[in-house]
Amino acid sequence: MNVDLTVIWAFIIAFGVFGYVVMDGFDLGIGILFPGFKVGSERDQAMNSIAPVWDGNETWLVLGGGGLLAAFPLAYAIILPATYPLVIAMLLGLVFRGVAFEFRWRNPQHRAFWDMAFSGGSLVAALSQGMMLGAILQGIEVVDRAYAGSWWDWLTPYTLLTGLGVVAGYALLGSTWLVWKTEGEAQARAYRLAFRAAFATLALMAAVSLYTPFLETQYWERWFTMPNVLFAAQVPLLTAIIAFLLLRGLVKKQEVAPFLYALALFLLGMAGLGLSIFPYVVPDAVTIWDAAAPERSQIFMLVGVAITMPLIIGYTGWAYWVFRGKVGDEGYH
Amino acid sequence: MVYAARVMLDSFDALLLARIQFAFTVSFHFIFPAFSIGLASYLAVLEALWLKTGKSHYLDLFKYWLKIFAIAFAMGVVSGIVMSYQFGTNWSVFSDKAGPVIGPLLAYEVLTAFFLEAGFLGVMLFGLNKVGKKLHFMATLMVAGGTFVSAFWILSVNSWMQTPVGYVMGESGQFLPGESWWDIVFNPSFPYRLLHTVTAAYLTTAFVVGGVGAWHLLKDRGNQHARTMFSMAMWMAAIVAPWQIFAGDMHGLNTLEHQPVKVMAMEGHYESHPDGAPLVLFGIPNDDEQRMDYAVEIPKASSLILKHDLNAPLAGLDTVPDADQPPVGPVFWAFRIMVAIGFAMMGLGVWSLLARMRGKLYDWQWLHRAAIVMGPSGFVAVIAGWMVTEIGRQPFTVYGLLRTAQSASPLDAPAVGASLLAFIVIYFAVFGAGTLYILHLMKSAPHAGEKGVKRTERGPVRTAGITPGPTQNPGSGEPLPEDKGDVR
Ligand code: HDD
Ligand code: HEM
Ligand code: HEM
Repeated sequence: MNVDLTVIWAFIIAFGVFGYVVMDGFDLGIGILFPGFKVGSERDQAMNSIAPVWDGNETWLVLGGGGLLAAFPLAYAIILPATYPLVIAMLLGLVFRGVAFEFRWRNPQHRAFWDMAFSGGSLVAALSQGMMLGAILQGIEVVDRAYAGSWWDWLTPYTLLTGLGVVAGYALLGSTWLVWKTEGEAQARAYRLAFRAAFATLALMAAVSLYTPFLETQYWERWFTMPNVLFAAQVPLLTAIIAFLLLRGLVKKQEVAPFLYALALFLLGMAGLGLSIFPYVVPDAVTIWDAAAPERSQIFMLVGVAITMPLIIGYTGWAYWVFRGKVGDEGYH
Repeated sequence: MVYAARVMLDSFDALLLARIQFAFTVSFHFIFPAFSIGLASYLAVLEALWLKTGKSHYLDLFKYWLKIFAIAFAMGVVSGIVMSYQFGTNWSVFSDKAGPVIGPLLAYEVLTAFFLEAGFLGVMLFGLNKVGKKLHFMATLMVAGGTFVSAFWILSVNSWMQTPVGYVMGESGQFLPGESWWDIVFNPSFPYRLLHTVTAAYLTTAFVVGGVGAWHLLKDRGNQHARTMFSMAMWMAAIVAPWQIFAGDMHGLNTLEHQPVKVMAMEGHYESHPDGAPLVLFGIPNDDEQRMDYAVEIPKASSLILKHDLNAPLAGLDTVPDADQPPVGPVFWAFRIMVAIGFAMMGLGVWSLLARMRGKLYDWQWLHRAAIVMGPSGFVAVIAGWMVTEIGRQPFTVYGLLRTAQSASPLDAPAVGASLLAFIVIYFAVFGAGTLYILHLMKSAPHAGEKGVKRTERGPVRTAGITPGPTQNPGSGEPLPEDKGDVR
């Protein structure tokens, strides 16, 4: 029984992380691209397109963290100390960019500074998240239910690569979102940025995919031995198709589709990730069953998720619906 | 040997730094909820009054405080996200051990409170003209309700750590949930803590609102908006402050039952008193010598308060092993600060009742001045209260069961030190700026036709209608003259 629940919880956490990555991904991406937009109307439009929803988006991060603590306390207790400086950097980055939404309107003389805080904070948060991902994939030293490495172990070429990959991916999400939500010059610029972000994302995804199998034999076996390869090969195949559709959509100046293709790319990335590490949460050291909370905790929370998640998705959807359509630089009237 | 000593020293340092970091970040965080829990409810009341009476000055006040709320809430969110990761980064052993019990409660907080607040915040801030009055009011209610639900869960977690029940011990020293989650959620100190803390948030907000109202009354006695704010706040002070003292007393009795050592520290009782303990009004706690220097005491009064019997015996810290004692000084002083503020708040409430009876509520300038001075007092009381609660339960994180020293992450001191430094510098800079922006907004008087948004300085182009607040004319503190275009 516990076995099934644990797998269910692994999927719920994965869902939470995915929810976070796509939702906060596009608003962090807008932050990353912010300096590319002209001061004035372009920037205001970009900001307006996310101001009513960023807080809800970020809540998925709290769900990811809180959910991990609740469902896999041991994983939470190992991964966070192992990536300590990255977590702190991410949190501080989020502080800067979160307050910038309000602060930049308060005093025109400080606006340039808060704009910088907004984009710098977004960049740091995205980079740290990507590097945390890499740090988990490359393995963490564990002794006696605790992290046993030093505080710089996470810093390697591989984590730099994953960090940049996530930055590029978020920029892609952000730019395609703006293609959808803006018009005029801002939209034209968003198209240009989306192109560059798409190429960067695809290149980095490829590089990470090629690097990863060399990190652990398990990864290698998952991807390159028969019969796994038959199954695993679908992921790169689909990725190639989506990449093609995305670029074509940008060329044809489609407005909504590019964002959806970008989401699909992320979904495939997640699938590839899951394929590599399942059933480990800390590769080679801790499986989801080792880390799982007792059944009683899992059931208690499952009830909560089953009841609240549909409601949450419902009213979040409603909030997006209220603010649908192009933002314009006139704001909401 | 030398190596071992160094390792011990290092780990002690890391522990101390982690404790300072937690205390610093959580204290900063709590300043914002203390304000936003109360303010969200106040906004809901203002909007309800507007919908019911149709009087526009309620809407003006609503918009005035909404701008302030938006800033305070944003700071609450970002500092709160930091908190939810602190458990893992700095207290990983605690997370591993207590995770199965507190994790689900925190997850419920996210699911039932944070999503609710965040989901409706956008509509509350920017949506009045998009969704209409009724739906907008519902959004405001949801945000206000969300802040309360959030307090419910987080205080349940904290209370469980103070008065742990309903658990069984697992193999690797984990706390596992026992038969009933009900027991865990409604642990013995929780109802008192919830009541006392939420009331504290209401009082904190009331005194801020009252202070701002008083400030504008001093400048212009006839300002209708300022009158309304001031009067509402003074009703709160008169009614809620006495209630808070009563709730605090009940809370203390509950603490005496479950955490008697904390009460010994609050009262400064180093020695046991077999026949009636004195109430130490002031004194200088001396942990080394285990005695109270220069004590000013009322004989037997402590037994009267705590046991309702002049001669009831009370045990002192001499019955507690040194290793299990909290530091007395901070607990003792913080408690006195909180109680003094509680009585001062009630005093102001009574004074305002007198003024009201004489029909002078808007005329007594000394009352207004006092209200301004008391404006920030709620924040001080709230932080002091948490210091009593948290330092008083040391040296444990899960009371009596898991020591703080055994809860911390295996981190190097430099890592914790560097992050602590970063938190201190950045929090003061960022939240300092936010506080200045709030004060700036408070400085301009609420006025008829309060606008959601002003034209920016950047010339004729209307920008960014989305912002809920005005861009101010720097320096003058006044809104720009050519203000028009209400966003809502
Ligand atoms: C009694 C109330 C109370 C207390 C003791 C705490 N908080 Fe808090 N917290 C709130 C009341 C609150 C709130 C009223 O719900 C906030 C304040 C502003 C806001 O946005 O929501 C909030 C925000 C907030 C957020 C951001 C939510 C979002 O994304 O919208 C997080 C993650 C936390 N808190 C976590 C914590 C943790 C881990 C705490 C303890 C260590 C803590 N809070 C103490
Ligand atoms: C928001 C109001 C709160 C304030 C102002 C506050 C304040 C403090 C302070 C001052 C300490 C340091 C005590 C010491 O080390 O001497 C502390 C410790 C601690 N608090 Fe709280 N606290 C608050 C809420 C909470 C909540 C809600 C939780 C749990 C969910 C919590 C968990 C802890 C833990 C784990 C420690 C132990 C670490 C340590 O000793 O520093 N606190 N808190
Ligand atoms: C004479 C008045 C008061 C008394 C007798 C009183 C009593 C207490 C006691 C005994 C505690 C510690 C409980 C424990 O940790 O076990 C406490 C905590 C606290 N107090 Fe007060 N209090 C008073 C006034 C106030 C005021 C005016 C405020 C704020 C406006 C306030 C805010 C708090 C907070 C936030 C806490 C920490 C959370 C908690 O444990 O409830 N108190 N109070």
